[in-house]
Amino acid sequence: MQRTSGQLAMLAAINILLLIVGAAISGGSFLSIFNLQSMASQLPEIGLLAIGVMLAMCAGNGGIDLSGIALANMSGVLSAVIVSSFLSSGENDLAFSLAFIVVALAIGFSGGLINGILIARLNITPILCTLGTQMAFTGLAVVVSGGRAVMVGSPDLLSRIGNDMLLAVPISFLIFIVVAAVIAAALKYTPYGLWLMLMGTNPKAAIYAGFPKNGVLMATYAISGTLSGLAGVIIAARNVNVKFDYGSSYLLIAILIVVMAGVKPEGGYGRVVCVVLSAVALQLMSSLLNFGGLSNFVRDFAWGLLLLTFLAVGRYDVVGFVFPGNRRRVDTGVKPSSTGT
Amino acid sequence: MNASRIEQLKEDAARPQSFSLGEFIRRRPESITFFLLVAICVAVAVANPAFLQPATLIDIGRASVVMGLFALGVFIILAAGGIDVSFTAIAAFTMYSLTVLVQSYLPGIPIAVILIMAIVGGALLGVINGLLVHHLNVPSLIVTIGTQYLFRGFLLSFIGTVWIMSLPPQMGAFGRMPLFQFESANGAVITLPFYFLVLPIAAVATWWILNRTLMGRAIFAVGGNAQIASRLGYNLKTIHIFLFGYAGALAGLAGIIHVCANRQANPFDLVGTEINVIAAVVLGGARITGGTGTVLGTILGVLLIVVINSVLVMVGIPSTWQRLVVGSFILLAAAFFVTRQRKK
Repeated sequence: MQRTSGQLAMLAAINILLLIVGAAISGGSFLSIFNLQSMASQLPEIGLLAIGVMLAMCAGNGGIDLSGIALANMSGVLSAVIVSSFLSSGENDLAFSLAFIVVALAIGFSGGLINGILIARLNITPILCTLGTQMAFTGLAVVVSGGRAVMVGSPDLLSRIGNDMLLAVPISFLIFIVVAAVIAAALKYTPYGLWLMLMGTNPKAAIYAGFPKNGVLMATYAISGTLSGLAGVIIAARNVNVKFDYGSSYLLIAILIVVMAGVKPEGGYGRVVCVVLSAVALQLMSSLLNFGGLSNFVRDFAWGLLLLTFLAVGRYDVVGFVFPGNRRRVDTGVKPSSTGT
Repeated sequence: MNASRIEQLKEDAARPQSFSLGEFIRRRPESITFFLLVAICVAVAVANPAFLQPATLIDIGRASVVMGLFALGVFIILAAGGIDVSFTAIAAFTMYSLTVLVQSYLPGIPIAVILIMAIVGGALLGVINGLLVHHLNVPSLIVTIGTQYLFRGFLLSFIGTVWIMSLPPQMGAFGRMPLFQFESANGAVITLPFYFLVLPIAAVATWWILNRTLMGRAIFAVGGNAQIASRLGYNLKTIHIFLFGYAGALAGLAGIIHVCANRQANPFDLVGTEINVIAAVVLGGARITGGTGTVLGTILGVLLIVVINSVLVMVGIPSTWQRLVVGSFILLAAAFFVTRQRKK
């Protein structure tokens, strides 16, 4: 538990530090309501994908979901093509939006379920399986859209999700927070969460303990897929078009967020609240680099460097170094007793 | 690997008569790749006889050089149970910075030196990978995703983003140098370039390392079970550095050949083709969890992917289907090999 709070404290400290640095550099305009809102509305897409990656990683045994952004794009593209073939976005805004959302979520769910079935039933290594589905999903999106951007337009409900505020908070950000809270609760209070973490800690023991291994794996990837579908909806809502190659660096960023959040790549430990905070930190850094007028390429470079730095942090126990009180427990992190929450 | 080979030999000796197809496939998974390759070639040749023209075949040979070099690097890492996605960034980094270097500072140096510099440069970047993988002790996929962005970001933000359309003359000449040349029926001159030779040489070198040296034995041992290998006395650090250094060297070489062959250096090139290469290696029968695979299978896998990419258009399937087809092939191959293993 102490290890967890150390990570949490460090992430919170990083966030506060970034806000202060941002305010200092920009002379206060970094903290303006407008800038905060714009940052908050950019966050959900990548945050949802990161939660998906985290779940897959927690399942252990080399679990990882590389197909996230591809599935998000495919959900958006397929849903746009399917729904606009029998509804036009100009005539019936509400019906179009609802149909679009439902179809995109369903596609995300089934894509994730395919991943889950391939991994759990056929025993394909997650890296290989999600590499294959990543390519297949992108390929399907290309085939359906002919490689062009597909117009979604801005029907009422959908554009409200993408652009409007509720009490000065972007609606998409609220959706993200609610979804994150639901998943955090599921991990903490349901047997599913316990099974997932214990399975990641020791897959063999989990099988002997009689855990429904296939069910847990399929549920994990199905949830991850549904989150991708939701990310697809938000991408479509924020941009008027959907395209198969949107967000090409999201895969790295999602993994970076997850590693920064202290999720263990070998499985068995991860907290949603840390992932959310780490996504916020990354968004702040990204906006800071923007304020500094640096190019996208410098940002890619910085992300790569940051990922390796945080891997080193996880390896060499810098958290314990900064917060010396927590050192004692760090090496026992693999014990089931310290992983559940 | 070697132990299982001895077992196989014993089995062969014990029952030479009872040959079963399933057993053969389990032992040599690349035979499936070979059958698939032949089947596709025959099908395409029937659908469109133009496929069997020497021009097409030489195009396929040319296209497989860069991918083949990448694939050999990926294969050797895969055999040791790791995975690398940074090799395209290493290739892009080496090829572009080397081209800039040669163009602006060392215009007169011979092509042989350029090739050696590319190999050394790629190997150095690879060694960075190896050190990180060894010391950070996390899955190599995550480390190499990080270094991929690191190398590429460094290249694009600090070295340059401009396409170089006019290469230094010796590099252009190397790209055009013919191995042999002949005139086809319709009068066009068809050339198999000299650089094609690099692929067989690299393949033989890789085969030799894997099958005839202690390092090769160590690589398969680590791929089988890293912990046991290290307790047997294999030095994991040396192996990691060698693996990633070797893959980096192949990537650097592939990058410079890519530049010479296309007669231009585009810093945005290559990155994004990793999945194709990994797919080729996996289709060649190497298990992604390590410890298995052959050089021959890898080369067959590369040919399979190159053939699929180039024949889709020829049989009238739009090129937009390419990713979907390759993606499905990966999944099918993975499912096939896994079910085969389980039957054993």
